Amino acid sequence: MTKLKTLMAIMMLCLTACAGTEQTTLYDKLGGEAGVDKIVNNLVQNIGRDEQIFHYFAEANVKRFREHLAWHLCDISDGPCTYSGDSMQQIHDGMAITERDFNHLVDLLIDAMYQADVPHPVQNQLLARLAPLRKDIIYR
Amino acid sequence: MKTIFLLLSLLPGIALAADGKLIATPGVSQIEGAAGGGLVPWAQLAGYASRDEIAVNAFASRGTLDDYSLDVFGAQLNLYDRLELSLAEQEFHVESLNLNIRQRVLGAKMRLYGDIVYSRFPQLSMGIQYKKLHDPLVANLLGAKDDSGTDYYLAASKLHLGAVAGLNWLWNVTGRYTEANQIGLLGFGAEGAGYEWQFEASTALLLGRHVAVGVEYRHKPDNLGLQEDDWKSAFIAWVPNKTISLTAGYIDLGEIAGIDDQDGLYLSIMGNF
Repeated sequence: MTKLKTLMAIMMLCLTACAGTEQTTLYDKLGGEAGVDKIVNNLVQNIGRDEQIFHYFAEANVKRFREHLAWHLCDISDGPCTYSGDSMQQIHDGMAITERDFNHLVDLLIDAMYQADVPHPVQNQLLARLAPLRKDIIYR
Repeated sequence: MKTIFLLLSLLPGIALAADGKLIATPGVSQIEGAAGGGLVPWAQLAGYASRDEIAVNAFASRGTLDDYSLDVFGAQLNLYDRLELSLAEQEFHVESLNLNIRQRVLGAKMRLYGDIVYSRFPQLSMGIQYKKLHDPLVANLLGAKDDSGTDYYLAASKLHLGAVAGLNWLWNVTGRYTEANQIGLLGFGAEGAGYEWQFEASTALLLGRHVAVGVEYRHKPDNLGLQEDDWKSAFIAWVPNKTISLTAGYIDLGEIAGIDDQDGLYLSIMGNF
């Protein structure tokens, strides 16, 4: 009986441990909902202080921007969300965002991740997910 | 040198330094003046200019070998991340003869496709390097055909974000069509030997945003029959900000003009504006 209990205990341990390693998503590494919110808030503040690209956001609804960006980041980092807001193309059509300004926003995002204590390798993994979106965002 | 000062004197006229690329991703300057590693020209254009910007860069490099040394000063102009124009002045010192061999390299590189970070496929560029020896004596004595020549190359580079344990990883391959002997310092071609394709490759790992370590390989021809060896290097680059970079490396250049085992230290400083 004790043997069976020990066996079961070991199996339980293994189950949680194995499940844990298998299901660590990028979203988890970013710190889940709280982590993503922190990144988004930092980014919003960085943009607010930025002379180069603030003008793109001057008329944006900040609350909506925050929510949609967090939603999108959650989805793209394999979090428990499915982004169904406007596409990147729809959002950026007519904004004529230059490559210089886009790449500057990436620098601000990197700053935001540092401010949220996201480790360097995790930062790169998120950037890797976001990089393919650039073509839908610039010069539109 | 005059031309470099001329280029540098343009700097105050440029109000904003180009900063439209991720830090450390444009690479540094190679010995013939193009953006690259230390030895190999990469597909990236020099400096931080995006498609909306102009970048001006200057660099100085020194390679100290057992029996030779090579000093290089140069500059690049990057026009809208499409065209790179470069100038390099090389001074190769031969210890045993207490003699300097000077060469000028004028380069142009055009980006054909892509962006090293963002495009799906690697960035692709083609370039030329026109080289003119100011001191052709040694080249003539060794049997080189010309004191000037042109290299043509095609380069492909890609940076993979977070690819190796979350670190950014870069590779570059370059094919160079050349008849230069020891990159032109010993002239161009020889009796019965001329243009050939040479393969060059580099790879680097970015340890954080400001430090890169890498290795390079440069295949070389042997027109003069002097056992010209392929060149190899291992380097570390420190990029504290988008204005300055420092590179230190170990270079192994093999046999040069009959003297074997030429290896030593390589140092380079680059400014981006």
